[in-house]
Amino acid sequence: MQFRNHRIVGDIIELARRYGQEGADELVFYDITASPDGRTVDRSWVSRVASVLDIPFCVAGGIRSIADAEDVLNKGADKISINSPALENPGLITELAKRFGSQCVVLGVDSRDENGGYFVYQYTGDPDRTEAARRTTVEWVTEAQDRGAGEVVLNCMNQDGVRKGYDCTQLAAVRAVCQVPLIASGGAGAQQHFLDVFRIADVDGALAASVFHSAEIPIPDLKQFLDDNGIHVRTCT
Amino acid sequence: MSIAIIDSGGANIASLLYAFQRLSTPAELTTDTRVIQAADRVILPGVGAARDAMDRLRAADLIDTIRGLKQPVLGICLGMQLLTDASEEEDVECLGIIPGTATKLPSSVTCPVPNMGWCATRSERQHPIMAGIADGSYFYYLHSYALPVSENTIGTAEHAEMFSAVIGKDNFVAAQFHPERSSAAGAQLLSNFLGLA
Repeated sequence: MQFRNHRIVGDIIELARRYGQEGADELVFYDITASPDGRTVDRSWVSRVASVLDIPFCVAGGIRSIADAEDVLNKGADKISINSPALENPGLITELAKRFGSQCVVLGVDSRDENGGYFVYQYTGDPDRTEAARRTTVEWVTEAQDRGAGEVVLNCMNQDGVRKGYDCTQLAAVRAVCQVPLIASGGAGAQQHFLDVFRIADVDGALAASVFHSAEIPIPDLKQFLDDNGIHVRTCT
Repeated sequence: MSIAIIDSGGANIASLLYAFQRLSTPAELTTDTRVIQAADRVILPGVGAARDAMDRLRAADLIDTIRGLKQPVLGICLGMQLLTDASEEEDVECLGIIPGTATKLPSSVTCPVPNMGWCATRSERQHPIMAGIADGSYFYYLHSYALPVSENTIGTAEHAEMFSAVIGKDNFVAAQFHPERSSAAGAQLLSNFLGLA
């Protein structure tokens, strides 16, 4: 087990280094090892990532308190992202923003399109626990901003993992109420999908995982494609 | 070469320490006057509010120490604003080493404040701190206040309005962006700083 964990960490360090060199603008690490039952988690991997990475990175998962956030930020992360704990206790957003500044407090939202209405889901990390949070996505994003969230990552669950493109309609609806940076998540399968989401939903960033991990879409190619199509991006040198 | 990073508070110091490790010249985080005065290079970082940072520098009795430094000094982000006369943020008097006053960035729907993210940065005049960095290179910014363009401006960026991205006067240089989080261009700037005469 120990060996296996070390190997996985080694993998993410190498992957982080590779993405940094390839021209990714920011990395998000979803810490799925973070224990939901409140046991102490080993976050030494955050320091190791910070030591090799020279672009901003965000840690998502397992942050339930000021102390958790402080630990992650002191180890060199630039931002922390909270999702279910914020739904359980919206005051956590306010506290984190007051203590560390809005610029490092990211709200992660898992949202599902149900008959044209958008609703927030929580505990999406565990299929057995996933449940509707009984909030509309637009209401939740509005409240979180008022509480001091400095960025929103909107993961559109209907699209997630199917690689048919971002949910531009939903993202555009959230964009209309979101004055802080909005990052699209869920559905990227082709370069055109990135162009579409920037053009149609006017998002500030587009997040993807599998198409980058598999190198199916090389980041330098994607950035060149976006630049050629008039989207301002930091092109790789 | 010895590098002293002045501990002006705030949580984001780790990434700066790592950046110098990657350049194979480890830096020391300190508030010790003697360590700072004896260092070959001094960094004044800063996150958070200008008043808190100035209070901490005063409490550590570092105001005159910093003003009297003769070796190359690099201010980063809030550290850049601390080097100037004042900040409009809570009307704070700063170190007064480089003329100018930091003003709040204008906010709009297309340019929300804080300005967070990568901005193209233009070179306005030749300076060794920007050597080998292509004009228009992107750097990573995270700020709500900025310095207007002045005769000390070396580089500029835009967020609704143009502001000073890099300034320099005598042995003091400063960047509004975070070189430690600005990929190869940022590493080049830090390396240039270590190479300043």
